[in-house]
Formats: sequence, structure tokens, C-alpha cells
Amino acid sequence: MGHDSHDHKPKGFVNRWLMTTNHKDIGTLYLVFAFAMFITGGAMAMIIRLELFQPGLQFVEPDFFNQMTTMHALIMVFGAVMPAFVGLANWMIPMMIGAPDMALPRMNNWSFWILPFAFALLGSTLFMDGGAPAGGWTMYPPLVLQGGKNVAYLVFAVHLMGISSIMGAINVIATIMNMRAPNVGYLNMPLFVWTWLITAFLLIAVMPVLAGAVTMLLTDRYFGTSFFNAAGGGDPVLFQHIFWFFGHPEVYIMILPSFGVVSEIIPTFARKPLFGYVSMVYATAGIAFLSFIVWAHHMFSVGMPLGGELYFMYATMMIAVPTGVKIFNWVATMWKGAMTFETPMLFSLAFVVLFTIGGFSGVMMALAPVDLQYHDTYFIVAHFHYVLVPGAIFAIIAAAYYWLPKWSGHMYSERLGKIHFWWSTISVNVLFFPQHFLGLAGMPRRIPDYSTQFAEFNMMSSIGGFAFGLAQVFFIYIVVKTVRGGKKAEANAWGDAKGLEWTVPSPAPHHTFDEFGPVDLKKMAHGEVH
Amino acid sequence: MKKAQIKLVTMLTALMLTTVSSAEYGINLRKGVTDYSQTAYDMHMLAFWVCVVIGVLVFGAMLYSIIAHRKSKGVKPEQFSHSTTAEIVWTIIPIIILAVMAWPATKALIKMENPTENGKPMKMDMTIKVTGYQWKWRYDYLEEGFGFLSTLSKDSNLARQINSGVKPETVDNYLLDVDKPLVLPVDTNIRFLLTADDVIHSWWVPDFGWKRDAIPGFINEAWTNIKEPGIYRGQCAELCGKDHGFMPVVVEVLSKEDYADWLSQQKGEQAEEAAMVEKTWTKEELMARGEEVYMQQCVTCHQADGTGIPPTFPALAGSAVVNGAAADQVQLVLNGKPGTAMAAFGSLLSENDIAAAITYTRNSFGNTAGGMVQPVDVKNLK
Repeated sequence: MGHDSHDHKPKGFVNRWLMTTNHKDIGTLYLVFAFAMFITGGAMAMIIRLELFQPGLQFVEPDFFNQMTTMHALIMVFGAVMPAFVGLANWMIPMMIGAPDMALPRMNNWSFWILPFAFALLGSTLFMDGGAPAGGWTMYPPLVLQGGKNVAYLVFAVHLMGISSIMGAINVIATIMNMRAPNVGYLNMPLFVWTWLITAFLLIAVMPVLAGAVTMLLTDRYFGTSFFNAAGGGDPVLFQHIFWFFGHPEVYIMILPSFGVVSEIIPTFARKPLFGYVSMVYATAGIAFLSFIVWAHHMFSVGMPLGGELYFMYATMMIAVPTGVKIFNWVATMWKGAMTFETPMLFSLAFVVLFTIGGFSGVMMALAPVDLQYHDTYFIVAHFHYVLVPGAIFAIIAAAYYWLPKWSGHMYSERLGKIHFWWSTISVNVLFFPQHFLGLAGMPRRIPDYSTQFAEFNMMSSIGGFAFGLAQVFFIYIVVKTVRGGKKAEANAWGDAKGLEWTVPSPAPHHTFDEFGPVDLKKMAHGEVH
Repeated sequence: MKKAQIKLVTMLTALMLTTVSSAEYGINLRKGVTDYSQTAYDMHMLAFWVCVVIGVLVFGAMLYSIIAHRKSKGVKPEQFSHSTTAEIVWTIIPIIILAVMAWPATKALIKMENPTENGKPMKMDMTIKVTGYQWKWRYDYLEEGFGFLSTLSKDSNLARQINSGVKPETVDNYLLDVDKPLVLPVDTNIRFLLTADDVIHSWWVPDFGWKRDAIPGFINEAWTNIKEPGIYRGQCAELCGKDHGFMPVVVEVLSKEDYADWLSQQKGEQAEEAAMVEKTWTKEELMARGEEVYMQQCVTCHQADGTGIPPTFPALAGSAVVNGAAADQVQLVLNGKPGTAMAAFGSLLSENDIAAAITYTRNSFGNTAGGMVQPVDVKNLK
């Protein structure tokens, strides 16, 4: 199937990268872009942790601090995590279902190339009079509307990110529905493909909602409307409802593909089929459904009626059930397998444990009466960083190690990978675990300075933060080194890994599966078992 | 290699534990001083221990599997891929656990939102209106007809300036101290009405067990009944702009007798203030009072030297308004500037404070307007 001898790669930077319609090259662009944004957003986090290293203001003014927390979140959510998963989808989905490319290759090019413009627009506000948006990534009015010129830039940047995401999602759905090899049914698809299919529907459903919300901000700010202005008959809380109707599915947009990645990696290194494949699919769909009906659990303190609070509390608690099913299934997959602990597996195991810790604090916060204490403290900061950093980001890193041999044709250094793993895992816990204590002891989030009683844990957290940041710079070194050279990777880099991507040579030729025809289902992870 | 890793992890854990145990501050939620905060605490501990038990079981199984089921031990991988029984069991059990937690949570929530006493809606003994401003709180004693602003104390405000040279450790209750705390009586059902004037704030005292958003244009309700006299400290919990971290909540809870004394003293002071509006002040009096007011109420935005933080917070030094007609400046201060952090101080400060602060700005920072604004002028323009 592969064309080793002639790979048809276009020549020259413009033709190869700017004009590309190739899913692998676009996947690479997404991943490189996401990594650049990860480092940018990470640098902002370093400024935050530097200022919080000790009480008192030493380095930045409070307003700039708020700009950093706002931009850090926007960049990490929309610039790093989401594009990284679209990059993985681009690279892997066609190869996993036996398709020659994505269904809509030109739109694929466009959806990527919008992103640099979106982030240039957003980043340019840092250099403006009045600075970048400082009202938090949640953009709550009236505060966000006090921003100067940045409001318009923020709104249009969000619009562009939304357009990019929606096009990416349409492409994923069109590819999965139409371009599977003829004998690949829905229930033969790898779980990564399944989780992405569901994620894509979430994206299409909620990105327009966000676009609508920020457009109303725009008209409130510049065109005299009063959607969120009580003085004009509007309602500031309405924005929060709309935002979180987007925002809650959004957090699952960032985690469902991680579930997919981990569900590919654990079976490979346990040498055992994924436990409960069908229940995994149902659990993913169940989580996606629930994500639409729990949004106001982000708003227990806004003064909802009792009935509303009870409903959102019960619905939120229900999410623990399908999420639990997933975690039990992963453990059952390991059970009585023959495990080895290469770097992708280590990151996946850390994912299962640390994501679960983030899930525990999630269940605690679902309990509305106590959430009136936890809300807007460092407890929630610890919670969502546990599910996003050793959660989503660990899954992305695991995916990078797992598929790097396929992408680059070289094996990474296992020794360096393990150093990266232990360094990241220890530092990420030093970074975020003490934040639970800070929140419980009463430290609010989004403050540049704090009472002296919080000093020790903040210092600990900052030290963990610097170490974690440095570990990711080390990761660049490992990746670059692997791309440049190293031990040649076999077609099936992990020996007996299941999945169609392992049936093509490493590195994957520019075009794969370009002849339409049935594939060998025995080679697929779930082709014959479920 | 493996042993070294384990050793490292153990050492780090030990290090973390010793730091935790030697520290004087809490690592857990406070039990607080109200029924509700105790309920929230119990709920928190229940959820925490449920999570610990589940965590021990799941991570224990995982750890056992990682140790026992590894290729290096020469095990042959089994190939089972599902078990309907197991899957039903681990769907049903979590549902039961959640239901067990939902029951007390429901009761606690009802206690907060629909409090009852002997089967009837609870009777509230007094009402405090809390209004959030960028970046201070106003407390109004609705039945008593008076109220005041509560801002970060001067010591903290001085120390928190960038490179202030003052060590936070040397300031009492750094960032958690105000010029004038909210004073409340013990063992009293107190209703809070919360709102805001500019952006959304959130009023939070951890020892009372809840926080509630103060939203412009809306009035939220909450209640408490404090069991022990003392001083309780909290902070604004909802991001509200640059000085979000610098608008603490301090509540001083007194015995009922002390509270009654405090109340009559306040009323006396209010009457005295009211009388002073009619008298003609000397420039020295106005300047002295004006500096005090400016440094407490105006300084965070307009800065001690009147240079402001343009473009968001305009400079007063050389400002056209401050150097223009006095009546225009009085109007601006009285009515505020909608869409900005400039609040309508007419309802926040006394005529005396406003007249003094305006006189101070017109005679400071190199401004040449000079002259005096008398409290009675302010009163006439109101």
C-alpha cells in the first residue's frame, strides 16, 4: 500500500506547507503550532507562578497579572490542547480507518491556516494601549467590557478559532462517516476514532454558541445593545449561562480524545484487547450527552433557585458513572495482561491515576452546598489543572511518544523519554497538589498577591511549576532529536500493536491507503473482538 | 534504577508531609462558626472519604496489576475483553454511592436556600445590604438607616504596592484587613441582600460556609447566624478587575450587648457628621480630611501622586476636570462615570468626605485650580 520509492511530497516551503492538502502534513502543522502555543501559554504560566512565588508584588502589576491568567487560559485551551488533538486526528484517523486522506482536504488546509491569524490577532492586544484582555478566559461581562480596544480583537479572535474548530470537526465527521475502508463498520473503529467522532459533534454543537455569546459582547460594547447590561434591561448572568452551555461540553472536547488515545495505548503495552470496547463507546456518548445538561454547576453561587441548583447537582453527579466505567475498563484491560512500561504507557498510566484524582475533586464540587465554599478558590484551579495537564496534556504527550516512530520513522530514546516522564509526573504533582490545600484554606483564584498564611504552598507550587515547564523544554529536545535521527522504526514499531496505522511503513509514506479496498480486520484493535 | 526512583518519590512525599505538618495554617476546609458551615464541612469530609476509599481500591488494583501482570515476569497475557457482570456491577455501585451522597447534600442545600424553623420559614432578625464596588464593599444596615464603605487597610495597601520595600510578613493580617469592618451581633438570624454597582463581585467569608455573587442590577439573598463572637476574614471571590485581590471582607461579630453599644455610638457619629455639613470648613481642615479620604478611597486608581494608570484610570494631575469648574468636578464625583470603575460616590461617602477630597485634588499634584469646595456646596448639587 505504501509508496516507498516515490512519495509525491511537494517541493518548496510554500507548496509543501502553505498550500498543502495532505492530512499528514496538516497534522504536523497542527502539532507544531499547538506545541508553539503550549510553550507560549506555558511562559505566561511561569510569569504567574513567579509573581506568586512569595507574598507581595515583586514583578508585575495586578492588571498585567490578570492579562497573563486570561491569555494563558485562552492560549492553552484554544491554541494548545484543541489544535493538538486536531493534529492527532488529522494524522491518525485516515490511517486508522483505511482512508487515503481527510474527506475535505482544502478545507483542512484552511481550518489550520486560520489559526495563526486568530492568535496573531489575540496576541497583538498585548502590545496595545491598555493591554490584553484581563477579565478571565470566561469573559464575564460587565468586567470584560471594561477592556479597551482589546474587546474587539478578543471577539474576532474567538470567532476565527470557532470557525477553524467547526471546519475541523466537519472534516472529521465527513471522513469517518464516508471514508472508512469498505469492510470497516462503526464498531470496528479504534476508540480514538470513536471519541473524536463524538467530540466533533460536540464542537459543531457548541462553538456557534460561544460565537453568539461573544458577538453579543461585541454589540454591547460597540453598538449600544444591552444583552448583558442590567441598566438596559439585560442580564449579566445570561452570559454565564450561554458561556457555560458552550464551556462544559468544551471541557469534554478537551478530554474525550484523551480517553481515545489512552484506550489505544494501554491495550498495546498490556498485550491484551481493550476491556469493554462497546461500553467504552456508550460511556463516551453518555458523557457527551450529559455535558450538555450540567452547565450551571459552574454557577452555584450566582443565586439560582433551589430547584435549579438541585437539578444541576444531580445531573453533574451522574457524570461520575460513565467516567467511572472508563476508568474501571482501563484497569480491567491491564488486569492479567503482560505489561511493559515504555514511555507512552507510563504517561497513560499516570493519566489514569491523575485524571481520576481530578475526577474525585470534580465529584466533590458537584455537591452544591460545599461548592459554595470550593467555588472560585484554588481548589477548582487544582481540579481543572489535574484533568487538563496530567489529563489532556499527558495524553497528548503519550500519543506523541506512541506515534512518533510512525511519523518520523525513528524510535525516540527510551531513556530520555523515561526521564521526561518522571520529571513531568513528579513536578506536575508538586505544582498542582498543594493548590488543593490553598483552596480549602481559603485562597481565591485569580489573585496576584495573597495573605502570608498561603506562602509556603504557593512557593512549593511555583517550584513545581518551574520544574514542569523546564521538563517540557526537554521534551522539545527529545522530539527534535528523534525527528532528526535515531534507531530506525519498524512498520509495527511496538512489535504486536493493533491498528491499521501499524500496517504501513515507518515513517508513514506521504500517501497511504490510496487504493480503495477492504482491509484486514484482524489487524485492527477492535476488528474482531467486542 | 527502579529502587532509586522509589527512594526519590518517598523522599519527596516525606518532605511534603513534614512541611505540611510543621505549618501553622490549615490544609482543610474550616468548620466555621455557623450551622451551615459545619454542614458544608461534614459534606466535604463525607465526599473526601468516599473518594479516598474508591481511590485506594482502584489505584490498589492498578498497582497490583502493574506489579503482578508484567511481561518481565514471563506472564502470558489473557485475552478476555469483556464481562457483562463486572460492567453492571461497576455501573450500579457508583450510582448507589452517589445517591447516598446526594441525600445529605439535598438537605444542606435546602438549609441554605429555604431555611425553616419549626416547620415555618425562618424569621430574619436584621438585614444587611452588601454592595460590591471596584474595589471595596459597602455595608448598609437597612433597619438602622446607615452604612459605610469598607476598604483594604492602609498598611496592607502600602505594603502591596510593587517593590514597596515593606515585607508582607510585618503587616498584621496582610491583605485581610479593612479600615472599617462589618459589625454583626452573635446568635442572630441575619439576612444579606447582595448587589454590585459596576461588575460582578462575590462576597465570601469561609467561616460562614458560603459565598454569593454580588451582581449589578440584581439582588441576591443569603443568610447566616453566627455562633461565636470574633473577627472573621474573607475575600472577594469573583474576578472583578485589577484589584480583585485587594478587597477583603472582614466581619467583627460582637455579643448582643456590645453590638447595641456599637450601634448607638455609630448613630451618634452619623449625627455629628450630618451637623458638620452645614458649618464652613477652613482650608486646613478640608485638606487634612481630604488627604485621608483620598488615600483610602481614590488612591488605588488615581494613585498617590495623582498620575493615575492611563488609559484606564485617568490622571488627576493636570486633569481638565480637576482644573476646571468646581461644580463639574463635584457632579462627576457624585454621579460617577458609567462603564468605568468611577463609582457614583454621592451615595457612598458623606458630603464632608466628598468636599474634602475634591478640595484636596484641586490643591495637590501641581494642580492650580485652588480654592475650596464646602460640604454645603456638595449638598446643594446633590
